[in-house]
Amino acid sequence: MNATMLLIFDALLLASIIGLAWAALASADARRSVILFIAFGLLLAVAWGRLLAPDVALAEAAIGAGLTGALLLAALQWQPRKTADTTNSEQPTHTLLETGFRWLVTLLCAALAGMLAWSLTQIDAGTAKDALANAVAANIDASGVSNPVTAVLLNFRAYDTLLELAVLLTAVLGIFALGPAQAGYRIAGPVFTSLTRWLTPLLILTAGYLLWVGAHAPGGAFQAGATLAAAGVVLRLAGRDQIGLPRGNALRIALGAGVGMFLLVGLALFALGRPFLGYPPAWAGALILLIETAAMLAIAATLVSAFIGGQPTEEKTRC
Amino acid sequence: MTDILASLLIMAGLFFFMAGSIGLLRFPDLYSRLHALTKADNLGLGLLIIGLALHLRDPLIALKLLLIWLAVLAAGATSAHLIARHARRREKHV
Repeated sequence: MNATMLLIFDALLLASIIGLAWAALASADARRSVILFIAFGLLLAVAWGRLLAPDVALAEAAIGAGLTGALLLAALQWQPRKTADTTNSEQPTHTLLETGFRWLVTLLCAALAGMLAWSLTQIDAGTAKDALANAVAANIDASGVSNPVTAVLLNFRAYDTLLELAVLLTAVLGIFALGPAQAGYRIAGPVFTSLTRWLTPLLILTAGYLLWVGAHAPGGAFQAGATLAAAGVVLRLAGRDQIGLPRGNALRIALGAGVGMFLLVGLALFALGRPFLGYPPAWAGALILLIETAAMLAIAATLVSAFIGGQPTEEKTRC
Repeated sequence: MTDILASLLIMAGLFFFMAGSIGLLRFPDLYSRLHALTKADNLGLGLLIIGLALHLRDPLIALKLLLIWLAVLAAGATSAHLIARHARRREKHV
């Protein structure tokens, strides 16, 4: 009875996800596409929850649906409006090149999906999954945390996370290279301002909670950073563009903090005769928290910088 | 007893969500659609959360659920206000 109900729920969830993905791609109106994409991300987070991966579900909801949605909506707003003219006068005509490109992308995606499906059949159900889980479980006591996801991300495979943070840093350098940030939004009215007043501290508190709880439950630097960035985005949307993101050198330090702290800890351990990022078990918990705090600040600063779409200007005359 | 009450509350919440969804699809203009939607958000989610809290019987989870409801209430009311105000201003311009 219960299993059947869950099966029905899963089938509905899957159908909704595929339907939303199709609707988002097929929509002619870009704004509608973005809104459908946000709904798609939220349902995808539910799917991750059903797969018993709450860490991924949190990250998907906060980054995939929330911040990416905000980024896409902001990008739409900066685009010159052209829908009014083109939709009335003529149907959008695709050149041969465009059509070919679309088919190429479709074929590549289909090939990728086919390869993923094939590799799924190759996995000997049980053994491969258990081998990895057992290896993590056997060493979890030495990792300094009890959440296996954090243990993998910040200890066993800390290299990967260091490189991910380096990718984020490179991305923000690219965003800054685009030039000064877009002009901010106008100061919001009383209703939105009062929401901002209590939502911002709540988001900061939630970020701190996610960071701390990541050691033994779903959470961690990425989810916390995205939540902290959400506070910055809300402040920006309310027209408070003089807060929400540090300025000048403070911003540079925040952006580089993740990679910097990782390297600092790694090299310090190196100097003490341990392998690079090979934490001594007694110190592992504290070092992971230190790195995650810096990473959270870096991730949040990067995401807010991406939202404003350029290097923040040093001084603002408008207030 | 509690479980029956919880089920009734959850079903009542689902009824509001359904009514809100039908209203969103069927109502003629933006303002009445917003009206339908916020009923689902506020009452539907509220009843659902009270039902779930009764069902789970854990004060900490109940507190978290209550916080979620309050956050959705504030966010829902604010976004409905912003959408309605935007539409009203656009009407005046046209």
